[in-house]
Amino acid sequence: MSSFKVFDIASSGMSAQNLRMNLVASNLANVDAVSSSTEATYRSRQPVFRTVLDAQQPDGATAGVQMAGVVESPAPLNRDYAPHHPMADEEGYIYRPNVNPMEEMANMISASRSYQNNVEVINSARQMLAALINLGR
Amino acid sequence: MKLDDAFGIHEHAVRLRTQRAEILAGNLANADTPGFKARDVDFAALLRRELPGDVRLAATRPGHIGNDTRGVSAHQLMYRNPQQASLDGNTVDAVREQVEFSANAMQYQASLRFLEGKLRSLLTAIKGD
Repeated sequence: MSSFKVFDIASSGMSAQNLRMNLVASNLANVDAVSSSTEATYRSRQPVFRTVLDAQQPDGATAGVQMAGVVESPAPLNRDYAPHHPMADEEGYIYRPNVNPMEEMANMISASRSYQNNVEVINSARQMLAALINLGR
Repeated sequence: MKLDDAFGIHEHAVRLRTQRAEILAGNLANADTPGFKARDVDFAALLRRELPGDVRLAATRPGHIGNDTRGVSAHQLMYRNPQQASLDGNTVDAVREQVEFSANAMQYQASLRFLEGKLRSLLTAIKGD
C-alpha cells in the first residue's frame, strides 16, 4: 500500500497558493509606491507554477505543484506629470507601479479558493485514513 | 478457503481508491498550473484487472513486459476531456475534480465498510459465539 501521498500533494498545493497570496499582498501594498525613474519603480510580481512529478515514476500518477519562480510584469509603468511632487524627475514626471488592483483582487480570490480546495482534500483524506486505522475495532 | 481470498474484491478496491485519491489530489493541487492536463483512471477497468479470472502474461525475467503490474501504471492514466479549457492550456475543472474526489472518498469508505463486515464474520467464526 502506498504511503498515502495525498497529504504531500495537497500541502504542496497549499504552500504554492500561499506564496501566490503573498505576492498579491506585496503587489497591493506597493500599488502607490511612487518613484522618480523607471528602474526604481516597483513592478507587479506574478508567480509561475510548475508540476512536480515523482522522481521514481516520472510519467506516473502523482503530481504535486511548486512555484517555479516569480516574474515581474512587463506591462508599461504609469508615468504621470506632477512637477510639484517631491519624487518628480527633472522633467517633472513621476512613475507609478504597473499593478492593476482589479487583477490582483481577482487573483486573490482565485488563490483563496484553490487553497480551500486543497484544505478540503486534506480533510477528506484524513477521514479516509482515520476510517482505515479504525478498521476492525 | 484461503485467508488471502477472504476479503475478496474489497481489498483491491481500497488500494485502487487510495491511488485514485492521489491522482485527483494532484489535479486539484495543479488547478492553476499553466499547461497541466487533468488525469484520471478508468476505475472499473483497473478493478477488473485485479480479479483472479484475468489472464496475465508470464514475466519470468526482470526485463519482461508483463501485464502483471498491480495498481495504476502510466499507460492506464488517461487525460480528462475538458469541458472548457483555459487559455494557458490547463484542463483542470476544480468543481469536477472536487466532486470526483469526494465521491471517491465515499466509495473508499463503503469498501472499508464491506471489509469491516468480512472481518466481523471472520471473528465470529473464530470465536464461535
